[in-house]
Amino acid sequence: MEHFLSDSAEFLPILLKGVWLTILVSLGSLVLSTILGLFWAFLRVSGLWPLTLASRLVVNLIRGIPIIVQLFYIYFVLPDFGVALTALQAGIIGLGIAYSAYQAENFRAGIEAIDPGQIEAAHAIGMGWWLVMRRVILPQAVKIVLPSYGNIMIMMLKDSSQASTITVAELALEGKLIASSTFKNTTVFTLVALLYLCMSVPLILLVGHLERRAGRR
Amino acid sequence: MIELENVHKSFGNHEVIRGVSATVARGEVVCVIGPSGSGKSTLLRCINGLERYDAGAIRIEGVTVDAAAPSIRAIRTQVSMVFQRFNLFPHRSALENVVEGPIFVKGEPRTQSLERGRALLAQVGLAGREHEKPGRLSGGQQQRVAIARALAMRPKAILFDEPTSALDPELVGEVLGVMRTLAEQGMTMVVVTHEMGFAREVADRVLFLDGGVIVEQGPARALLSDPQHPRTQDFLRRVLNPI
Repeated sequence: MEHFLSDSAEFLPILLKGVWLTILVSLGSLVLSTILGLFWAFLRVSGLWPLTLASRLVVNLIRGIPIIVQLFYIYFVLPDFGVALTALQAGIIGLGIAYSAYQAENFRAGIEAIDPGQIEAAHAIGMGWWLVMRRVILPQAVKIVLPSYGNIMIMMLKDSSQASTITVAELALEGKLIASSTFKNTTVFTLVALLYLCMSVPLILLVGHLERRAGRR
Repeated sequence: MIELENVHKSFGNHEVIRGVSATVARGEVVCVIGPSGSGKSTLLRCINGLERYDAGAIRIEGVTVDAAAPSIRAIRTQVSMVFQRFNLFPHRSALENVVEGPIFVKGEPRTQSLERGRALLAQVGLAGREHEKPGRLSGGQQQRVAIARALAMRPKAILFDEPTSALDPELVGEVLGVMRTLAEQGMTMVVVTHEMGFAREVADRVLFLDGGVIVEQGPARALLSDPQHPRTQDFLRRVLNPI
């Protein structure tokens, strides 16, 4: 235990640098996946079949390829086509795209949960597609999708560790590097796990709160 | 002001409207009656483009209704609709439901719209309930909010799609009362309904629709008390003496 504490004092500053990158990757890919996911969902519910088809194709393509392969593709293959990204950029973009598919499905479910009668009523007072979306569907859909959105946030936080495979020195990779040079596996990986918990438990509590609030309505 | 000319409409292989022609004059109240599945609601929904028709023509003050054309939005601001299931926006208060169209579709000034919205809610007997969400109102109250919402667009005509069919019997009167007042004020109204009493008292004309065609039409009292066509006679007999 004594060793654990003194080792921790030594390793923590390095691991905290990893925490910072973990947060950066998670937040960056959360924003990107939200924007992209909304875009796919809008295409899906546009009512125009070529757009619906395109959206379904993209979402299934993304869902059908492991995140790690998508990351490799963006980091190692795109340079062959003249698109060279830093590891951090590739990590954010890769995770953002990978998760946009799940975001899209969640958003679509929320949008489709709105009673079609209300949409007709909105059309009947002369609203166009975007106004119906903004004034009628989205304000209600937000409340419906919020709990699942929280769960996606938790999964993204944990999956940000996959960025370590393309050399982003986030928490998991920093831990691995320290462990392999000091052989203090127990100390290092316990710390890594605790640090992840410090970030995910608040999120888990938040999601629980959102779910209870959704259940009350 | 509303003209229907040989309108046809099919759902798949099933032709629900098979050549309907009719006109509704300004200030006229027309009730559309008929058995369920006769195409009444579909016909009504074609008038403001919620449903597309396959052949024939529908014109509002000379402008052809085309659900796929951008012009449909302008038409819908002139021809309001009241639905069987009210279809209020549940996340907005009664007053917000009423002013949604004027503010966000027509771009009218906010304070003016709110003032007028309050007046309209008072007109339908809901003064003091402006800030209630629809979920806290009875069916009859919700339908009256929906009527106020329709009126807020300053429409030239209002379409009513079985406005009292989803209401508990004791709440039907308050909605029909509001509709009667509107009719007396000269609003052009097309009402799909099963309320024969309302049709007799308020309507100028009644259309009896069966199997997607107008079987009989005429002045309300005459048609309802002395129907000529055997199908009209049969329908009225069953509606007026259900047991």
